Amino acid sequence: MPESPLSAQRESNYQTLQHGGLKSWQQMCVVSLRGNLARGCYGDRTLQLAEPLVPRNRLTDLSKAATLPFYICIPPSSRTSFFLTPSMEDLTSPKQDQENQELGEARRPWEEISASSQDPESGLSEPLEPEQWLETGPQPRSGPPQSPQSRASPPLDDVTGPGAPSPPSPAPEASFIPSTLALARQQLAAPWQSDRTTDVNPKAETPHSHRLEQSSDQGKSTAPQTCQSEGDTFQQSQQTERHLYGSEDVSNNNSKQKELRFNIFQEEDSNSNYELDHTESGISEGAPSPLEIAIQSAKAYLLKTSSKSGLNLYDHLSDMLTKVLDERPENAVDIIESISQDVKMAHFRKKLDTLQNENEMLPVYETAEKQKALFLQGNLEGVDQELEDEIAESSLPNVMESAFYFEQAGVGLGTDETYRIFLALKQLTDTHPIQRCRFWGKILGLEMNYIVAEVEFREGEDEEDVEEEDVTEERDDGDSDAEENDEDELPRTFYKTPQVIPKEENRTGANKYVYFVCNEPGGPWVKLPPVTPAQIVTARKIKKFFTGRLETPIVSYPPFPGNESNYLRAQIARISAGTHVSPLGFYQFGEEEGEDEEEVEGRRDSFEENPDFEGIQVIDLVESLSNWVHHVQHILSQGRCNWFNPIQKSEEEEEEEDEEKEEEKGEEPEYMEQEVGPPLLTPISEDLEIQNIPPWTTRLSSTLIPQYAIAILRSNLWPGAYAFSNGKKFENFYIGWGHKYSPDNYTPPALPPVYQEYPSGAEITEMDDPSVEEEQAFRAAREAAALPVEEMGETEEDEDEDDDSDQE
Amino acid sequence: MDAESLLLSLELASGSGQGLSPDRRASLLTSLMLVKRDYRYDRVLFWGRILGLVADYYIAQGLSEDQLSPRKTLYSLNCMEWSLLPPATEEMVVQTSVVKGRFMGDPSHEYEHTELQKMSEGEKVFEEEVVVQIKEETRLVSVIDQIDKAVAVIPRGALFKTPFGPIHVNRTFEGLSLSEAKKLSSYFHFREPVELKNKTLLEKADLDPSLDFMDPLEHDIPKGSWSIQMERGNALVVLRSLLWPGLTFFHAPRTKNYGYIYVGTGEKNIDLPFML
Repeated sequence: MPESPLSAQRESNYQTLQHGGLKSWQQMCVVSLRGNLARGCYGDRTLQLAEPLVPRNRLTDLSKAATLPFYICIPPSSRTSFFLTPSMEDLTSPKQDQENQELGEARRPWEEISASSQDPESGLSEPLEPEQWLETGPQPRSGPPQSPQSRASPPLDDVTGPGAPSPPSPAPEASFIPSTLALARQQLAAPWQSDRTTDVNPKAETPHSHRLEQSSDQGKSTAPQTCQSEGDTFQQSQQTERHLYGSEDVSNNNSKQKELRFNIFQEEDSNSNYELDHTESGISEGAPSPLEIAIQSAKAYLLKTSSKSGLNLYDHLSDMLTKVLDERPENAVDIIESISQDVKMAHFRKKLDTLQNENEMLPVYETAEKQKALFLQGNLEGVDQELEDEIAESSLPNVMESAFYFEQAGVGLGTDETYRIFLALKQLTDTHPIQRCRFWGKILGLEMNYIVAEVEFREGEDEEDVEEEDVTEERDDGDSDAEENDEDELPRTFYKTPQVIPKEENRTGANKYVYFVCNEPGGPWVKLPPVTPAQIVTARKIKKFFTGRLETPIVSYPPFPGNESNYLRAQIARISAGTHVSPLGFYQFGEEEGEDEEEVEGRRDSFEENPDFEGIQVIDLVESLSNWVHHVQHILSQGRCNWFNPIQKSEEEEEEEDEEKEEEKGEEPEYMEQEVGPPLLTPISEDLEIQNIPPWTTRLSSTLIPQYAIAILRSNLWPGAYAFSNGKKFENFYIGWGHKYSPDNYTPPALPPVYQEYPSGAEITEMDDPSVEEEQAFRAAREAAALPVEEMGETEEDEDEDDDSDQE
Repeated sequence: MDAESLLLSLELASGSGQGLSPDRRASLLTSLMLVKRDYRYDRVLFWGRILGLVADYYIAQGLSEDQLSPRKTLYSLNCMEWSLLPPATEEMVVQTSVVKGRFMGDPSHEYEHTELQKMSEGEKVFEEEVVVQIKEETRLVSVIDQIDKAVAVIPRGALFKTPFGPIHVNRTFEGLSLSEAKKLSSYFHFREPVELKNKTLLEKADLDPSLDFMDPLEHDIPKGSWSIQMERGNALVVLRSLLWPGLTFFHAPRTKNYGYIYVGTGEKNIDLPFML
């Protein structure tokens, strides 16, 4: 008989090996009983007590049986429970003792249920047991287990039919009782096991398996280290035995088991403790049954500790069930996932390990780090005086105010993102000599987006690198002239490079402003190169998505001169020209107005804010498009805002221009020599329609409170372009993919016609042979002609011949 | 996006620049609540906005208990009065496919389409121009249906299939992990599966029947019809459809927040092959 210290030690073994599974197991049993008491079933001594457990609890814990006051094993198929009374009365509390007794008495009324058996304590009483087990333990591995028990069990079947309970008598053979015990255990597990390892045959159990199981308990009490080896043995032996008995019929077994269950119950009932001596002797001869081995191996699997959390499934499941039974939630099956999570969270323990993981550098942190700089930049300026100066001459726009108005219109980035952009703009204006700055908008890309800032440098502080590009482009111009004097012997190309239209100077036309882009607030601002007319012309013919990387090449037809930064710049120029509008009267022309045509052209972009502007009623802005004017120059089809006359250099350019002529909104028919766009500050009511679609949609921001609403202008030509005005203030904004709207689908331009290799004339044109009829007709005519005038005939015939052939 | 978490969702989707004005937001929050009550929907989604020349359509959808069952679509012009749209039929889609250009914003507007029809009277066969009138409401129905079928998106695991067939919201969905969020295969078309049946057994072997019961986005044609971006560091993943520009799907990884909104002209981007 093991003493308390030993069992305590055993418990600790379990805890080290299996992370306190024992504890929770005990807890669960108690809980279920308690629940039963509450329901008043306890007094009846029916097993309803365990019913809430029944369908879920498939656990069998044979190896722990000896350490527990009792334990429950419930096959899921039937509502059967097996109560094994404890082997160590000294361990059980008085209350549990009483329960055991009462349960023992209650066994008889449980008709439909349960066998309960005394856990054989016999093995425990014999100190030699562990050694014996160690000797016999390897047997299942060595070969097919010999099964004396298999012979013993058929009679058992016969004797213990459902209707014929065997008389209470001591077991006839010493080996019989252990085998029934083994069977009992086997059945405890069988239904559970049939779910997984249906091929294990209960009949094939050998006494040895049983013995092994029992002795394992004892082994633990005396020799803790055997626990480990036990598990190994079970796994291996199970493997072999499954193969050996795999072919056995399963359904048979199940039915038999049910019958057997009663037998065991009755026999166990009658054979009370005094038989334990016999049991013990039987045990010593036993061998582990495959079922038990399977159970053990499955349990070992369930008890496998997770390498991550240090938990195991077995304990987790029992904890979960405990929680469910404790709390009795509604529809527990629906929220079992959450329960599982709660249980896991309850295991939270403070990490006291001195080893620490290296912090991951997630992109989230990188971005946060980058943006931190934005928030800290204000702290750098210490002096109040400077701050005042800054505020006085601030080039920073009030982005948040505009964003507020655009929000009324239902467009715009979120407040948070806008504010970050605001800070980024501040960074830009602080680091560059910028006169004026504006948040132009956002262009969406495939991988990243562009945030675009429109700036104007202070006088005399333009960047210098611009000049270099000019030089390279100018070089191309002279090429065609040089070839004029080539000798005739070599084939000469007829293709003349169209003269390159020079790009506009900075601060004029399409290059009036400089644009900076960045991918996200806090990222570096990149200055876009100035746009060339060729880029604008080509950009009108292509339609490509932006990727978000400025150096991406643009693969298109017609080929785009430049990479994505150039394309982006060209689109920005086009969008600005098309959609930047202001209320009429906000801007006015400079003083030197109304002069000679060419000079007007040069000065057309010189407008200034009208100091006398008094504002326009919002309702007027909504109702009439003529109250809105363009304040960015229209880009001619040449790709420039101010017309450049290429004819001075070569005449052919004119043709090219005509072909390039495109749909650009608001465009007026070009004159013979010069393209003229609408002048600056032209009302947008003169914009052309896009196939019956009006180019602009105006709206009041709110119909609910119209008196404080603002006017919203939405471009239909450039979806994503918006303008608002509250009468006095206005702002333009673009957010979108950077593409122009077209109701028709995009068609890439056709390839140009193939150039002629040589001039085709009459002398090299191949002619068809005359047909027979023609020949005869010709001959007849010739003979007829030959008769009157023989002299002249020759020449006429030649002509005739030519005529004929020409007609064909 | 879920009507109940409208404000948060709008904030998350705002990167595309299309939001709602404060008065629209407020009225939606109020009216969608009533829609849910009156029509007895299990969930109401704010679907988005179709920009018309004169007015915009605001679209909401009602879901029943089974999340994948056909959705009821409602539209409104003022965000307060909602009208139920009829379900789309094949015929409608065919009929409205000829209409080009922008929506007007007036459901009773009629597009005129002239088509040549072969008329046969006796032995003579001649072609006659027939003017077909197409109501904008019909077009609206068919466009919403097309968008829903083509680009409505839901992250993997947000819905699960119960053993009895109906599809429910997965209450334990805790969001995609960061690595999953970057893959198109973690996102599903929010519609009855079409492609799934065509998969081979081998391909289906790894699928979890309770989660992988819809078509993933990764096999969409043309390849590259989605732009997937991580925004705000990696705190937000945004999918934008290039086929139906204006559709934005957002999901904050490792949270339950996800949704999609369509704000656009209601026109398909047929130029997509040229633009990639």
